[in-house]
Amino acid sequence: MSLKLTIDGLAKEFPGRPVFSDISAVVEEGRRLVITGPNGSGKSTLVRILCAFNRPTRGSVGFEIDEKKLTHLEIRPHIGLVSPDMVLYDELTAIENLSFFAEVAGHRFEIPELERRLENIGLAGRGRDFVGSYSSGMKQRLKYCLALLREPEILILDEPTANLDERGKGLVDDIIRSHHGIVVIATNEKAELFYGDQFIRLGD
Amino acid sequence: MATSSSGSATKAISLFLKDIKSEFRTRYAINAIAMFAVVTVFAISFAIKGTGLSTELQASLLWIVIYFSSLSGLAQSFVKEEESKTAMALRLYAPAEVIFAGKLLFNLVLLFGLNLITIPLFAIFISFEVASYPLFFAILLIGSTGLAVVTTFVAAIISKASVKGALFAVLSFPLILPLLVEAISGTKKAMTDGIAFGAARMEIQVLLSYLVIMVVLSFLLFEAVWND
Repeated sequence: MSLKLTIDGLAKEFPGRPVFSDISAVVEEGRRLVITGPNGSGKSTLVRILCAFNRPTRGSVGFEIDEKKLTHLEIRPHIGLVSPDMVLYDELTAIENLSFFAEVAGHRFEIPELERRLENIGLAGRGRDFVGSYSSGMKQRLKYCLALLREPEILILDEPTANLDERGKGLVDDIIRSHHGIVVIATNEKAELFYGDQFIRLGD
Repeated sequence: MATSSSGSATKAISLFLKDIKSEFRTRYAINAIAMFAVVTVFAISFAIKGTGLSTELQASLLWIVIYFSSLSGLAQSFVKEEESKTAMALRLYAPAEVIFAGKLLFNLVLLFGLNLITIPLFAIFISFEVASYPLFFAILLIGSTGLAVVTTFVAAIISKASVKGALFAVLSFPLILPLLVEAISGTKKAMTDGIAFGAARMEIQVLLSYLVIMVVLSFLLFEAVWND
């Protein structure tokens, strides 16, 4: 499978305030793109545009899988996202959250399989607890479990190690290094800049 | 292992079941709707103090209570997703038509639940009497379904706005007005002795046409509303 993410002349403006302009990059399979910049420089906005949650003011984002161009909505099933802006249901258990999102995406997982995946991410035995009772680090781990559930070709991580302890950061390191598709990381952490093969620096 | 499953209907039912589970655990919309309906019926009952109301007035009050009770609760299905920031995950994983169908199903159940509370209360406290039950339930079924379709669609529009309550009423009222007029007229006929089912043929035709138009428009426009 070949993958290509093309960002072409991207610009975003909110009323009366330009966020970024003229952002371009071509990222191919097996490469990691790191988006960095100070607070308010538009990292999360760029992530939202890549996931087709926001439209750019100018420019375009293109995805190709096996040389087939996908529309901005067709790309969503191929994305695994971890972001502070993405929250799971507090009133559901971890297993109910995972089952629900899998089902609406057209997949079905047996509960033992979901428990095994939770165990892999360091949430063994906590699958039947309500997510509302989780710590912020556990919620972050659960987001990784969900992001990896449908084995996405493109992994987009906004503040990937936010709220995680050292073991959690180790898990994220394994996930990033073992992912064979495209990884996009939006971060301010110096330790995470080393993941990048390519960089977009916002706010320069 | 994961298995690929399901068409849009199965996915929509998954969303509906998730909403039902969430609702029973949080009581986000049920309490608002039920309290509004009960308080309004009691307020009307105290205001009229046993005075007999005309069938026209009774039918109007019934639909006004159903409409405003639904306004107080049905928007929550989308507002809650935006306010609790779960909308982003929902957008990423579920297709737009599945989300609309699932939320519509949930709102339909809420609205029929509201009818189950409101109508007995009306019968007890407002002396609401129905002459033709088939006609009354036909009007109630089609009218409530139309109301649920429009409020679900408008709820998706207002869910990202800052003044949700005011906007919901302002946007939904002009869209709902034709439905309310026909539903009130049909209900009044169902309460009148000696009126046959066929006497309300015009109201039923208008309500059905309205329902079909709103369902088609909502499904066509929802993807743009939800994703932009």
